[in-house]
Amino acid sequence: MSAALDLRAAAAQRVLVKDGAYGTLIQGENLKEEDFRGDLSLGHDQRGNNDLLNLTRPDVIRKIAERFVASGVDILATNTFNANRISQADYGAEALVQDINRAAARIIRKVAEEAGAKNGKIWVAGAIGPTNKTLSLSPDVNDPGYREVTFEEVKTVYREQIDALVEGGVDFVLIETVFDTLNCKAAIMAALEAEVALGRELPIMISMTLTDLSGRNLSGHTVEGFWATVRHARPLTIGLNCSFGAAQLRPHLAALSQKAETLIMAYPNAGLPNELGCYDEAAEETAAQVREWLEEGLVNIVGGCCGTTPAHIAAIANVTEGAAPRRVPNAPTSTLLSGLEPMVIAA
Amino acid sequence: MNDFAGAGARFVNIGERTNVTGSAKFKKLILSDDYDAAVTVARDQVEAGAQIIDVNMDEALLDGEKAMATFLKRIAAEPDIARVPVMIDSSKWSVIEAGLQCVSGKPIVNSISLKEGEGLFLKAARKVRDYGAAVVVMAFDETGQADTKERKVEICERAYKLLVADGFPPEDIIFDPNVFAVATGIDEHRRYALDFIEATREIRERCPHVHISGGLSNLSFSFRGNEPVRRAMHSVFLYHAIPAGMDMGIVNAGQLDVYDQIDPELREACEDVILDRRDDATERLIVLAERFRGTDAAEEKKAAEWRGWPVDQRLAHALVKGIDAHIVEDTEEARQAFARPIEVIEGPLMDGMNVVGDLFGSGKMFLPQVVKSARVMKRAVAHLLPFIEAEKEKSGSTQGKGRVVMATVKGDVHDIGKNIVGVVLQCNGFEVIDLGVMVSWQDILKAANDNSADMIGLSGLITPSLDEMVTVAGEMERAAMTMPLLIGGATTSKVHTALRIDPAYQGPVIHVLDASRAVGVASSLVSDTQRVPLVEATADDYDKIRKARERSGHSELATLADARANAFPYDPSGKAPAPQFPGLHHFGEWPLKDLKASIDWTPFFRAWELAGTYPAILDDPVVGESARSLFKDAQAMLDQIIAERWVTPKGTVGLWRCRREGDDVLILAGNDWTRVPFLRQQVKKREGRPNMCLADFIDPDGEDWIGGFAVGIHGMEPHLERFKQTVDDYDDILFKALGDRLAESFAEVLHAHVRNKLWDYADEHLSNAELIREHYQGIRPAPGYPACPDHSLKPILFEMLGGAPGEVSLTENFAMLPTSAVSGFYFGHRESQYFGVARIGQDQLQEYAGRRDIEVDVATRWLRPNLD
Repeated sequence: MSAALDLRAAAAQRVLVKDGAYGTLIQGENLKEEDFRGDLSLGHDQRGNNDLLNLTRPDVIRKIAERFVASGVDILATNTFNANRISQADYGAEALVQDINRAAARIIRKVAEEAGAKNGKIWVAGAIGPTNKTLSLSPDVNDPGYREVTFEEVKTVYREQIDALVEGGVDFVLIETVFDTLNCKAAIMAALEAEVALGRELPIMISMTLTDLSGRNLSGHTVEGFWATVRHARPLTIGLNCSFGAAQLRPHLAALSQKAETLIMAYPNAGLPNELGCYDEAAEETAAQVREWLEEGLVNIVGGCCGTTPAHIAAIANVTEGAAPRRVPNAPTSTLLSGLEPMVIAA
Repeated sequence: MNDFAGAGARFVNIGERTNVTGSAKFKKLILSDDYDAAVTVARDQVEAGAQIIDVNMDEALLDGEKAMATFLKRIAAEPDIARVPVMIDSSKWSVIEAGLQCVSGKPIVNSISLKEGEGLFLKAARKVRDYGAAVVVMAFDETGQADTKERKVEICERAYKLLVADGFPPEDIIFDPNVFAVATGIDEHRRYALDFIEATREIRERCPHVHISGGLSNLSFSFRGNEPVRRAMHSVFLYHAIPAGMDMGIVNAGQLDVYDQIDPELREACEDVILDRRDDATERLIVLAERFRGTDAAEEKKAAEWRGWPVDQRLAHALVKGIDAHIVEDTEEARQAFARPIEVIEGPLMDGMNVVGDLFGSGKMFLPQVVKSARVMKRAVAHLLPFIEAEKEKSGSTQGKGRVVMATVKGDVHDIGKNIVGVVLQCNGFEVIDLGVMVSWQDILKAANDNSADMIGLSGLITPSLDEMVTVAGEMERAAMTMPLLIGGATTSKVHTALRIDPAYQGPVIHVLDASRAVGVASSLVSDTQRVPLVEATADDYDKIRKARERSGHSELATLADARANAFPYDPSGKAPAPQFPGLHHFGEWPLKDLKASIDWTPFFRAWELAGTYPAILDDPVVGESARSLFKDAQAMLDQIIAERWVTPKGTVGLWRCRREGDDVLILAGNDWTRVPFLRQQVKKREGRPNMCLADFIDPDGEDWIGGFAVGIHGMEPHLERFKQTVDDYDDILFKALGDRLAESFAEVLHAHVRNKLWDYADEHLSNAELIREHYQGIRPAPGYPACPDHSLKPILFEMLGGAPGEVSLTENFAMLPTSAVSGFYFGHRESQYFGVARIGQDQLQEYAGRRDIEVDVATRWLRPNLD
C-alpha cells in the first residue's frame, strides 16, 4: 500500500499526531559555532543555521526525533525548514543544500524505521519552508511591480530541495508555514514535476500560516481563498501551523475544515509569545485547546509548532486517545476560483 | 458575491475593459507605460460590478509577456482589485504562462482548444492544471471553429471527455462555444445566436459540472457605433442564453440594459434576430436601429456643416475628402441643375478630381486618399451613366485623355498594384479597360486592338511573369503593333525591361516604377508634343543600360566546384533535434484573431506607396496623416473580417526526415524519398565569405530534419465580388492588401508554432515585434525568392505536403491560389540564414537541370533572372 493510502486508512480510524518544533529543542542544546560548523569550510558564521546540524551534529537531530517518538507521534518531519538555496545563501551554504536535505531525510527515516519496528508505523514528512523571499509582494514601496525573485527561480529552488529529500527517503513533502500563496504554488509545481520525473506518487501536505487575526496570510489570502488556490495539488493534508496558539486558530480551522475534502492537519504554537518572545503556555494548556478542536471534529492530524516540546506533544497525543477523527466531506462539484477571496460558481 | 457557503453567482460578469484588443483607452495607457492609470481602469471595473477581470495584452507593439506580468503584479498590490479572480486572456501560450506565474489566487486561462490536435491540447491543459487554474476551452478543432450547433456540441463533448479522462476537474472547465455576429446580412449567419443558445443547453446536459461563457461584443458587431442597439441585443441574448445554461460572459459590466426596460419594439426586433424568427428580421432591425442611434448629435452637426454648401462645392468636398455617404443624392441634385448629365461629369466632378490630381501630383495627397476619392467619383459616374445613355450621347464626349488596356499576365494572380495604377489613371481622365488576372497574350492583344487602345499596361509579381511579359512583347511585335507597352509590378525593373522586354518589341516599352509615375508617363504618351521626347529619351536610356551591361560584364563567377569548396561550414552543435511531432499537420481553420497581433504593417503601407516603417510612419510629418487614416480604415476592416469571419486561414505543415547529398536534400515524405535540389551562390566572394546554398544547413554526415509549409487565406471572392458590385476600389485594394498581410502573419505564427511545439527545438518568449523582426532560430525560405529562386520547386513541395496544402493550388507558372498565400521550407539549424543566390553559371544550370530531371531550356526559363 502506498504511504498516502496507509495514512488515510489510519486517519479514518483515529486522530494522528505530528511532532513539535526542532528549533525550540535545538535552542535548548546551547550549541556553539563549532557545533554548527563542524569541519566544513564555510565563510560565514554558522551559529543559528539549524539545518546544517543534519550534517555536523546528526546526533542532536536524531536525539530530538527520538524524544518526539517517545511522546507518541505518528508523523515525523525533517529538520529542513530553511534547507533551501535562498535561505542558505544567508549563511553562504547554498552548495550544501542537497547534502543537508539528503542527510536530514536519512536521519529521520532511520529513526522512523527503528521506532516503527517496535510501535507501529511512523511516516516521514520532508519539511519545506517558505524561504525568506516573496513572489507576491514588492520589497520596494516605490515600485509595486518589482519582485526580488521570479516564479521559475523559486520553483527551481524548491525542486532541488524536494529531489534531495525524496532521495533521502521521505514519504511526503510538507509545504509549511505558507505566508505567500504564490511561493506555495511554485512549490506545488515543483512537487508535481518531481512526481512526474520520479514516476510514482509523491503526496503533498500543505500548511498555511496566518499573519493577522482576521485570518489572512501575508499575501492577503483568506483561508478559503487559499484552499481554492492550492486545491489542484490534491494535497494529502491541508491545514494551518504556527501563527498563533490553538485558541486563536480555531475559527479559521473551522472554516477550512468545513470546505476541504481532504485530511486536516494543524499544529499551533504553544500559545502567543510573551513580552520576551518566549512561549510559556504549559503543555496541558495547549492540549486542552486542542481537545476543543477534537470535540468539534475539526482535525485529523495535530501537532505542535513554535514553543512546543516533547511534553506538549505527549499531552496532545494523550487527548487524541479515543477522540473521533474529523469526517472528510465529499468533494463539491461547484467551481472554486480565487482572488484574495474565494469565488464560487455554482454547478 | 463572496457567499462561499451560498449557492454562488447565477451569472458571472467578466470585465472586459482591461483588454487592449477591446478597449482603445486601456491600450493607449499600456502602450504609454502608464500602469498607474491602467490599474485605475481595473479598479473602476471591479467597482462597477465585474466579478472577474479579463486581462489581455495581445497587441503587436507590446511585449505581451512583460505587459501581462507587469500589470498583474501591479494589481496584486491593490487589495480592492486583487480580491477578485483574474482571467488571463491571450492567444499566445507564452503570455498566458507569464501571467500564471504572477497570479497568487486561482485564475482562469482564456483559452485553449483542439485546433492543434489532442496532443498539444492535453499538454496545455496539464500545465494549466499544475498552475492551479480553471480553463476556457474554445469550440475549435483541427478542422476549424464551430459555427453550427452540432459542431459546437461535438467539439465540446470531445474536449470534455479528453480532459476528464486525463484527470482534469470537470468543474474547472468553461466552454466558449463562440458568439458570432448576427444581423450581418449574410444568410449563414442568421442562426449564429440561436445555435449558441441551443448548443449551450446541450453541452450543459452532456458535460456535467462545466460552465458556458462567451464574449458578447461580437454578437452586435454589425451595429458598432450604435450603443443603444448593441446594449439591447446583449440583454436580449443573455435573457435567453442564461436559462439555457450560459453562466459567464465577457461583458461591459456597466452597460447592460434591464430586459423589461428595453423599448418593446426594439426588444422584439432584437429577439427576432437572435432567435431567427423572421426572414426579414435583419432588415427590420437595421431600419429600426437608426431611430435609436446615439445622442452624439452635436458632433454629427459639426461634421455636417458642409452639407449646407452649394451642390458643386459639396461634390468637390466629397471628392477631395473621399466621403461617399451623400454622393448619389448630390449627383442627382446636380444632374437636375444641369442641362445634360454629361455636364455634371465635365463640370463639378472633373473639377473636384482635378483638385485631387493636383494635390496628389504635388505630394500633398497620397494613394489611399486618392483611391477613396476615386471610389466617390466612380459612384457618381455610375449614377449618371444610365441618364447619359438614355440621351444617346455617346458621341465620344466620354472619351477622356486616352484608353489603357491593363492586365496581370498569364500564370500570375497578383493585382493590387495594377488596380492602384488603374484607379490613379482613371482619376486623371484615362479610360481603363482592366482585363483582370491570368490573362493570356492573345486576350491582351485582342482587347487592345478591339478597343483601339492608346497603350497596354502589364503587371506581375512573381519572377516567371517576367518571361511572360517578354512573350507578350514578342507577340505584339509579330502582330506588327505599335502602341506603347508599359511594364509594372514588384519584380519588374528598369534593367530587366531594358535587357529583355525592350529588345523584343519595336514599339515604345516603358518601365513604370510606381503608380505616382503612371499618370505622367501615360499623359506624355497621349500628348502630341511630349510623346516623342519621352519615347526617345527612354529608348536612349535603355540602350545605355544595355551597353553598360555589356561593357562592365558581370561580377566574376566562381566555378561550381570552387563555389562548393567554399561552402558554408556545417556546425554539428547547431543542429536542431528531431521534431516532437513529425509528419503532416493540417490546420483547417486557424483563428483569425490570433493573426492580428503579429501582422507586419510596414509592407502594407508600402503596398499603398506610403514610404516608412510602422509604427513611426503614423507620426511621419509628410505621410503621417494619410497613414493614420489608412491604418484606421484597415483596423476597422480587419476587425470586421475577424468578427464576421470573412476569410478562413488554412495551412499545412510537414516535418520530415532527410539526408543531404551534395547540394540536394533527399526528403522522406510519406514512404518515398523526394530529391529537392538547391542552388548555390557562384558570385566570387571576399575572403572568408562562403558561397551559400540552403543544403549547407543540413547535416552532411547523418540523418537530419527539414520541414515545409503552405498557408492560404480562403474565402475572399464573395467579398471582392461585393466590392465590385458597389464600385468600391478602395475596399477592394484594402481587403486584398489585408489578405496578404494575414497570409504573412499566419506564416509567421505557424513558424513560431513549429519551432516551439511541433518541431519544438526552441523555447521562445518573443514579443510580436521581435517575431516580425525574425529574432529566432531557423528560417522559412520560399521557392521563388532569393535563397531558393526556382518557383518550379513549389509543385514538389506541395506534393510532399499532400497535394493541396492549406487547400492552396498552383497556376501553370506556379503562382499560388488563393492569392494571399505563402509557402516555403523550414530549416532549423542554429546558423541557417537568408541569402540571395544571385547570378549562377552555365555549369550550375546544366547540372541543376540534370538534378531536377528537366531539359536545360526549361531550367533556363525558370531561372532566367539568375542567369542575366
